[in-house]
Amino acid sequence: MATDMSDGVYASNPYHEEELKHTISVIVDNEPGVLARVVGLFSGRGYNIECLTVAETRHRQGLSRITIVTSGTAMIIEQIKAQLNRLVPVHSVSDLTLEGPSVERELALVKVASTGDKRVESLRIADIFRARAVDSTNESFVFEIVGDTGKIDAFIELMKPLGLVDICRTGVVAIARGPKGMVGQA
Amino acid sequence: MPKEQLSGAGIVIKALQDQGVEVVFGYPGGAVLPIYDEIFKQNKLRHILVRQEGGAVHAAEGYARSTGNVGCVLVTSGPGATNAVTGLLDAMLDSIPLVCLCGQVPTHLIGNDAFQEADTTGITRPCTKHNYLVKDIEDLPRIMHEAFYVAQAGRPGPVVIDLPKDILMSLGDYTPPTKVTHKSYNPQVKGDTAAIATAVKMLSKAKRPIIYAGGGVINSGPAAGKLLTQFTQMTGFPITLTLMGLGAYPGTDDQFLGMLGMHGTYEANMAMHDCDVMLCIGARFDDRITGRLDAFSPNSKKIHIDIDLSSINKSVRVDLPIVGDVGHVLEDMLKIWKASQAKVDEKGLAGWWKQIETWRAKDCLAFKQDDKVIKPQLAVQRLYELTKDRKDVFVTTEVGQHQMWAAQFMKFDSPNHWMTSGGLGTMGYGLPAAMGVQVAHPDALVVDISGEASVLMNIQELSTIAQYKLPVKVMILNNQYMGMVRQWQELLHGKRYSESFMDGMPDFVMLAESFGLKGIRVTDPAKLDDAIKEMIATDNSVILEIAVAPDENCYPMIPSGAAHNEMIFGTDVKTEGAIAGDGMVLV
Repeated sequence: MATDMSDGVYASNPYHEEELKHTISVIVDNEPGVLARVVGLFSGRGYNIECLTVAETRHRQGLSRITIVTSGTAMIIEQIKAQLNRLVPVHSVSDLTLEGPSVERELALVKVASTGDKRVESLRIADIFRARAVDSTNESFVFEIVGDTGKIDAFIELMKPLGLVDICRTGVVAIARGPKGMVGQA
Repeated sequence: MPKEQLSGAGIVIKALQDQGVEVVFGYPGGAVLPIYDEIFKQNKLRHILVRQEGGAVHAAEGYARSTGNVGCVLVTSGPGATNAVTGLLDAMLDSIPLVCLCGQVPTHLIGNDAFQEADTTGITRPCTKHNYLVKDIEDLPRIMHEAFYVAQAGRPGPVVIDLPKDILMSLGDYTPPTKVTHKSYNPQVKGDTAAIATAVKMLSKAKRPIIYAGGGVINSGPAAGKLLTQFTQMTGFPITLTLMGLGAYPGTDDQFLGMLGMHGTYEANMAMHDCDVMLCIGARFDDRITGRLDAFSPNSKKIHIDIDLSSINKSVRVDLPIVGDVGHVLEDMLKIWKASQAKVDEKGLAGWWKQIETWRAKDCLAFKQDDKVIKPQLAVQRLYELTKDRKDVFVTTEVGQHQMWAAQFMKFDSPNHWMTSGGLGTMGYGLPAAMGVQVAHPDALVVDISGEASVLMNIQELSTIAQYKLPVKVMILNNQYMGMVRQWQELLHGKRYSESFMDGMPDFVMLAESFGLKGIRVTDPAKLDDAIKEMIATDNSVILEIAVAPDENCYPMIPSGAAHNEMIFGTDVKTEGAIAGDGMVLV
């Protein structure tokens, strides 16, 4: 096929590798523009951002931690990490997917508006998922749910027929298991 | 006793002086007037007033590339900064160390769409290595010194400092540069010794080795070029250089196969395709080099030395990456080679050279001579022949066919004598770059090999050349077309020469004279040498317009979408339809 650039001559995936999802943690200086640098790197070079969270983690050292969930071939993921590493305000980059087991959590606020049986059912399912009602009216709940992305997706799926009206998710935060901290974090 | 405080503008000038900056290329405007006032009050730092900010950046690039020092630019806010953008990206792609100081509206007006306001840090973020907006006078001395560190450390690049006018006018303490480790940016310069030892083993076993070196060798400094030469001559391996790397290894040496890539030599590209071990040193497998990726050097083991981890495995997967400064790595490689008493495979190598000589015999740069019209290749060839005995020849180019002919026919025996816009391919680069080179080397012969279309893109800089009496020589190969565009239209678009012909061109001789420079025109091949000699002998700046064959194409060529072993030649009868299918969409 002459028009299919995936097989093209300067194709982005000349080695026909499988695309995989990776969670990457980046320790950066908490300074103006740093998030724009990271996000601009991804958009400028055509990398995917599936989700991104950022907040200051070490106030005294002025450090923030960015967690990015991205997908790409092994070669692209390697590029992403190398590109992040050469940004001047980046202290360290670690690939939580590659570097041993890690814990990933996401928080979502899910608003469900319904009455009668549907309302009771939504509360019952929330209970199963250990979601908490953080706001309630006679015709609605706002549930707070914490878990990995799959759990939250499943919860939202179940709430759809029960009057789901609004969702807000934080995106993934993640940390390696075990006693060691991330390089550059101290 | 309290320290005497300086104004922000005073701190800027003091920091530039302490960083050893001798020349700054710039253009004044409202937001940077405090800095210009400080420039007026001192005599150490020289300012070269350009005619457009784009010219200032290219001039600083020429200065940086010919000296190995950081080039320095000073422009005002808004349009001053946006005019600098192309040059900044040019420096980014070619890894040229620059510090560009931009004026900015006062901090309280930022975000107000103030007069001559631009979001300079936002605009330049993707086209600089790093940039800063100074919001507090206390940060200014640190940022000034850090900018010079970042511009040079690791893989060099341009750094922008955005300076709001109120910061320039407020008072603060100056701190001189100190040797401190940067808190986050500390590129690795030493290569992994185990990996280098493995590389030595691979190279000593190679039957068909090739060294492919690039601009990284030049950026690493003169020592790296010497080490590369030493290593290459010790092993007897063939070597090819990228457009950016010309001069890193003596161009007149027999082991040099010429430039590789789209308009590289047949022998260099064939050797890349058929080699069994490739040693890539400070080059980045650019798409002009590799051609068709899945057919790129299919049967070789690849070793890649680069200071930038992101250059490794970006487009071509390598077998042995070595991250580090090429100078350091080559030094270790030589040591390990000698210590381990490594030997090359003499028999294999002899056969390999025999094969290479058969490719060389094709004489791929040959062109048909003509006694009526000057062939552009001849013009460059004659320039080389008439200047090759001088050591102080610097060549810059614009972008297009003339650039490729210059790369093919000029031979450089030492680094930092060749400046061309490789990565970005910026037309209009050569004239201001030559200006910057001449400022750094006032007595040298600096020639901008150009085309009539490219040179017009920054022709205003002739006025700068006139003002500072810079003896820059501008050799224009006038073929009446944007030659490379015309060539691609011939090869790709059925000879429909859409908008690649320019009418209304100036009389270049009169143009030169109008700036008080010398103009020479030559159309007769028999008078070419005299014209070039006259240009060289003139103390003043000269525009030499050479009317060349308008329909000459630049060969050999790897058509886009083709592999190294599918080159087309000037002597081929039929080149139409050479680029088809996938290759059509490529640039």
